[in-house]
Amino acid sequence: MTSLPRQTDKKLGLAIDLDTCVGCHACVISCKEWNTSNYGVPLSDVEPYGANPVGSFLNRVHTFEAKLEERPAQIIHFPKSCLHCEDAPCVTVCPTGASYKRTEDGIVLVNEDWCIGCGLCAWACPYGAREMDEVAGVMKKCTLCVDRIYNENIPEEDREPACVRSCPAGARHFGDFADPTSSVSKLTKERGGIDLMPEQGTKPVNKYLPPRLKNDIAQENFDVLRPLLEEHDKNISGFLSWVDKTLEKF
Amino acid sequence: MHPAPSIIIFTVFSGLGFGLMAYLGFDTDPLRGWNVLPYYLIAFSLSIGGLLSSLFHLGNPQRAWRALSQWRTSWLSREGVLAIVTLALNFLFGLSLFFSLDYSKNLGFVSGIFAIITVFSTAMIYAQMKTVPRWNNSGVPILFILCSLAGGAIIMGDFKLGLIGVILSTLIQLLVWVRGDKALKNSSTNISTSTGLKNLGKLRLLESPHTGENYLMKEMVFVIARKHVFKLRILSLCFLGVIPVIFLILSLSVGFLIGLAMISYFFGLLISRWLFFAEAEHVVSFYYGRG
Repeated sequence: MTSLPRQTDKKLGLAIDLDTCVGCHACVISCKEWNTSNYGVPLSDVEPYGANPVGSFLNRVHTFEAKLEERPAQIIHFPKSCLHCEDAPCVTVCPTGASYKRTEDGIVLVNEDWCIGCGLCAWACPYGAREMDEVAGVMKKCTLCVDRIYNENIPEEDREPACVRSCPAGARHFGDFADPTSSVSKLTKERGGIDLMPEQGTKPVNKYLPPRLKNDIAQENFDVLRPLLEEHDKNISGFLSWVDKTLEKF
Repeated sequence: MHPAPSIIIFTVFSGLGFGLMAYLGFDTDPLRGWNVLPYYLIAFSLSIGGLLSSLFHLGNPQRAWRALSQWRTSWLSREGVLAIVTLALNFLFGLSLFFSLDYSKNLGFVSGIFAIITVFSTAMIYAQMKTVPRWNNSGVPILFILCSLAGGAIIMGDFKLGLIGVILSTLIQLLVWVRGDKALKNSSTNISTSTGLKNLGKLRLLESPHTGENYLMKEMVFVIARKHVFKLRILSLCFLGVIPVIFLILSLSVGFLIGLAMISYFFGLLISRWLFFAEAEHVVSFYYGRG
């Protein structure tokens, strides 16, 4: 049924730290790798080695530049995947019931055996989180690695989404937002986590942790090494100290 | 949005077919027997042809029957169900007219109403999209319904209703364009809300997630030929409004010219519907440095 559940027991989702993300795209690649060989049909590529390769991805990293007047420009890497919205417009527009939101954990999924590939859900999503698979003709989207997080056949530390597991910077956090004591809930509270496009009324579960304002080296006379060097100069001893003193005599 | 030919044909053809059915259903002095047959043949060819065309838009058309199940929430599903009910009602009503049975005015009325509701639900597939501010506009369903009714009246050769329909639909089309041009700006969505980074100052896309294109860009960030929008709008207004009005007035003295009015209106509709898709901006464009 494409009616949304009134409430879900859990609200599983991601907290994405824009302060930490270095834009390496490891999450994009590990997502593609896991999801091409597990839940649903493979994530196909068309003309992967040709002039115009295209393919379906469930997670993509955009890069934005922000600039305040009289301040240096700041670069923000911006990973984007399904936000598993509480009021998911992609679910209610689905004519077949292939799109649904799970009552137990709030994950939004596509039943690919029912999907007719009309593309309406991708139109309804403001975030561009759904992509049609050109080969299979069905809609693909982030499953929050539903086949990892409950999978008892893999080591416990791997039971989180592939993007979270692979992030070398620790910029992605997975957990239950319905539980105020969970790490993601606390993190969101501490860091003032935000919703994307709140005016669209989708009530996204995934939260984005905003980046700090970049230091302005020119204005603040800020030198990250200075305090360390001062300490170093004071403590110098032994052979280097002798070289230092000898050289200063000339 | 990508102006897929299958969807343009679907909305224009099925709209005209259902508009003709509405006219036939509401007609207080309907044609009977063999005289009514060609009109129902045209109405069913247009509506069924349009509906079949929409199947070409699907990745898995063999499962299209599943689309009839979610009428509680989905306008696309409602459109499918209503279209089938409308076809069935009009088939019955058409049969009763063809065999000159003691026809029921109520059945005709219900058939007409259902035809209009079907066109309304077709329009709502697009007008419901909050993500496409240009479509998310009460003028859109009014335009779709007026265009289908005007088309139906001209096909029936009704000078008076045809003229009123052509003028009204052209005016509403103008209004929808004027309102639509402001829609994206007036919607509160912009690059700041889509990234949540407004505290950091002026934003721009520095690097796209990939060097090539993707499904989202092809489907929703369609910008080709937007530069021709003005010329196409003028063309559309000519074919949709000016030329049909001239031929409709001329048809008072030379009857067959109403056919030319119909052909012109049909081309006007195709251009207008192409623009309806090609001009529409999806808010996902903000993530791709457009919009």
